Amino acid sequence: MNAPVKTPEERQAELQGMGDSRLRKEDARFIQGKGQYCDDIKLPGMLHMDIVRSPIAHGRIKNIKKDDALAIPGVHAVLTADDLKPLNLHWMPTLAGDVAAVLADEKVHFQMQEVAIVIADDRYIAADGVEAVEVEYEELPVVMDPYAALEADAPVLREDLAGKNEGAHGPREHHNHIFTWEAGDKSAADDVFASAPVTVSQHMLYPRVHPCPLETCGCVASFDPIKGELTTWMTSQAPHVVRTVVSMLSGVPESKVRIISPDIGGGFGNKVGVYPGYVCAIVSSIVLGKPVKWSEDRIENISSTAFARDYHMDGHLAATEDGKILGLKVDVVADHGAFDACADPTKFPAGLFHICSGSYDISAAHCSVKGVYTNKAPGGVAYRCSFRVTEAVYLIERMVDVLAQKLDIDKAEIRRKNLIRKDQFPYTSPFGFEYDSGDYHTALEKVLDAVDYKALRAEQQEKRNDPNSPTLMGIGLVTFTEVVGAGPTKMCDILGVGMFDSCEIRIHPTGSAIARMGTITQGQGHQTTYAQIIASELGIPSEVIQIEEGDTSTAPYGLGTYGSRSTPVAGAAIAMAARKIHAKAKKIAAHLLEVSESDLDWEIDRFKVRGNEDQFKTMADIAFAAYQQPPEGLEPGLEAVHYYDPPNFTYPFGIYLCVVDIDKGTGESSIRRFYALDDCGTRINPMIIDGQIHGGLTEGFAVAMGQQMPFDEQGNLLGNTLMDYFLPTAVETPAWETDYTVTPSPHHPIGAKGVAESPHVGSIPTFTSAVVDAFAHLGVSHIDMPHTSYRIWKKLKEEGVQL
Amino acid sequence: MAKQIVKMTLNGQQVEQLVDSRTLLVHFLREQMNLTGAHIGCETSQCGACTVDIDGESVKACTHLAVQCDGSDVKTVEGLAENGVLHPVQEAFYEEHGLQCGYCTPGMLMRSYRFLQENPNPTEDEIRTGISGNLCRCTGYQNIIKAVQSAATKLQDKETASA
Repeated sequence: MNAPVKTPEERQAELQGMGDSRLRKEDARFIQGKGQYCDDIKLPGMLHMDIVRSPIAHGRIKNIKKDDALAIPGVHAVLTADDLKPLNLHWMPTLAGDVAAVLADEKVHFQMQEVAIVIADDRYIAADGVEAVEVEYEELPVVMDPYAALEADAPVLREDLAGKNEGAHGPREHHNHIFTWEAGDKSAADDVFASAPVTVSQHMLYPRVHPCPLETCGCVASFDPIKGELTTWMTSQAPHVVRTVVSMLSGVPESKVRIISPDIGGGFGNKVGVYPGYVCAIVSSIVLGKPVKWSEDRIENISSTAFARDYHMDGHLAATEDGKILGLKVDVVADHGAFDACADPTKFPAGLFHICSGSYDISAAHCSVKGVYTNKAPGGVAYRCSFRVTEAVYLIERMVDVLAQKLDIDKAEIRRKNLIRKDQFPYTSPFGFEYDSGDYHTALEKVLDAVDYKALRAEQQEKRNDPNSPTLMGIGLVTFTEVVGAGPTKMCDILGVGMFDSCEIRIHPTGSAIARMGTITQGQGHQTTYAQIIASELGIPSEVIQIEEGDTSTAPYGLGTYGSRSTPVAGAAIAMAARKIHAKAKKIAAHLLEVSESDLDWEIDRFKVRGNEDQFKTMADIAFAAYQQPPEGLEPGLEAVHYYDPPNFTYPFGIYLCVVDIDKGTGESSIRRFYALDDCGTRINPMIIDGQIHGGLTEGFAVAMGQQMPFDEQGNLLGNTLMDYFLPTAVETPAWETDYTVTPSPHHPIGAKGVAESPHVGSIPTFTSAVVDAFAHLGVSHIDMPHTSYRIWKKLKEEGVQL
Repeated sequence: MAKQIVKMTLNGQQVEQLVDSRTLLVHFLREQMNLTGAHIGCETSQCGACTVDIDGESVKACTHLAVQCDGSDVKTVEGLAENGVLHPVQEAFYEEHGLQCGYCTPGMLMRSYRFLQENPNPTEDEIRTGISGNLCRCTGYQNIIKAVQSAATKLQDKETASA
């Protein structure tokens, strides 16, 4: 009996292609405890490494006594910078063109800096060894404030840079100065400000925060002394780049270095860099000839691995009296900590901060960012955002609110007046970015209608008029644009390697497929969504498409997953590789059907002979034929590789609105409503998009409302456990409402722009906008984050708000 | 280091193991018993990634000694499915997209499993409080809450069917 003929709709549904809320392929292992994360890896004879860290923020190492640690049964070695010196591994290059100490070389520069390592039979003995290592320090004056660091008589932090007046990004003007980077047209901006009817200025601090994924960093390094091969499982968002760095540092040929990123328990930018712990575990494995595991604990993670933000910003807007923005100027002092270990494309020491003209049509703009050393941990990663875009969006959105308040214009109205219009795309910003597509006004009106903005404003006015109201009500509104998908190789590289990404697809004879990628999922669901792109392009059901990432020995070289680049760059590589296969498949179909290619039409999963519906070959038929006897002039097999160099960034955008109620007595805030409209272009899996947005909003909520890394004057980090560092529970986390519009990217093969970071970037200024709005009738135009109940309570007292 | 024999029921099996008295339960499970489902996220009982079920209570295995489990009935995420059939909480987390990176998931599942026995028909607020000892950095909890609601319905339907 013949199988029943399926309708096109049934065939389409079977593919679970783009647009389908396909359930996740990765979940089966995670819900059964069968994920394989770094710390789950166990090799025969494996040793454990633990790290001796500095208790002080700045000091000279006088002496390190290893004997007591070495005397502990089960301790194999204790290594310090002096042991790494002969290998020239006591310092390593950073991604930002600086060097960082692998183990402190004569001096410590921040609290919890790596000073020595202990390698032992198990993690308990290694921890005993760490306790037993005695380090004697001579304390030096500590500099925690970046402005103080630039004073003439400030202590010299980086003695290793003495006499180096030229840094990786231009001249160094002071012993604690790293770089000054500028973008835009200063004289044009100055001219506009000189003649503008209205100007506003605002100083704001974007505090130092930590991405804090639930899984900390770690690795298992295994050097095979006989084969001379090094295999390392590592919590890395960029395994291929790590392989290149490890090869450069260790001298092991890149072909004999294999980096595997297994399942990763969240990254959020924290797992982009190469940390001393990784390098030390690799060195230990090479020296001892045994596998060595390093698993960071939470205190180590928050204290020493890459932080984010720490931007001290001064924003200035020039405008007409009716609120048309004419010019923007921004000056930033950026606290980079002890080493410049920012993870940015090489040419951009302040990342893509110059997206700070936002969604607005501004003719003249200039920004300047000054990087400074202090006695804090190094880092400066993109915490769930593209490089420094969170800071940029916060700056411009705050400034637009400040201007609106000064001119007594509603914050929705001032945005309507200044948003780039649909007919202006592609739009070249005053900093030179070419925004690919957008329809901001439609999205804004959709949100204002959805929440009944007028009614909210009326309610707020009533509350302001009522002295007995127990709460202050604030409405936050943000209309943001991100720049993601780094990036075009002519502009973007990491250590000289262009920021392309890659995909290799093989179609097997029976019609199933495998695709290998240069990216690595950390929860984004690549194994699900990448397959959907191939399914739509090639008519192969998602279910039979395997996606593999993270193993440098099998995957094509790619730059990894961060800065929302997976869909914009690797997603494009998939579509392009699939289209190469599609083109070959068409030739085979024409051969099999004995027609010319021009007689064929593609429909869902097959090529059909035009005008003869019964004559067709499915992709499965074609796959088998490709391995059987391909037509003359074609190689056997059906596979393709594509390295995609994006022609431009992508520019996802969103309109977010938040309503907050603040208790006048306690300062406690309650997010009554948060409405998030995102436009990420073509939507691949709506279920996953919503999940990503919920997560990004929650991380944004954490940053705006509670996260901070407070230091005392001695450089002690006062909150480095999850008892102190704010990760919201389900109780604090608001309920999220999501919405969307679709404005595809014109230059991306499938029109997708990337989504997972927009909610983090966009929500943070929305919360601040709402909290400030609650105080706006009292003349308050800005309040620095985090908006904790205590800080809000202090503000209530300062402003004389009575219950 | 002093070692001690510990006997317990682990996912329905009797086990007898020699352990260091200072070994934490989470390390015993992960390293000695090769049950790597329970994860370590904070070592201070905040994140709940290590949550397991001991004698009918949710316990954070990162701050519990293995020797404290002598004579106990311990269940981990690996023991949730029975005879290859997923537990309703596992099904619901999959269907409602209640996980992303998967790191908090074993702890979330074990907490949800116990919570729904404590409160078989919870409100949204009760779920939020009930899982507040477990942190998730990816999902924003919204779909986890949906998953727990869905699991509650599944468990009730199952009970009705077997009654």
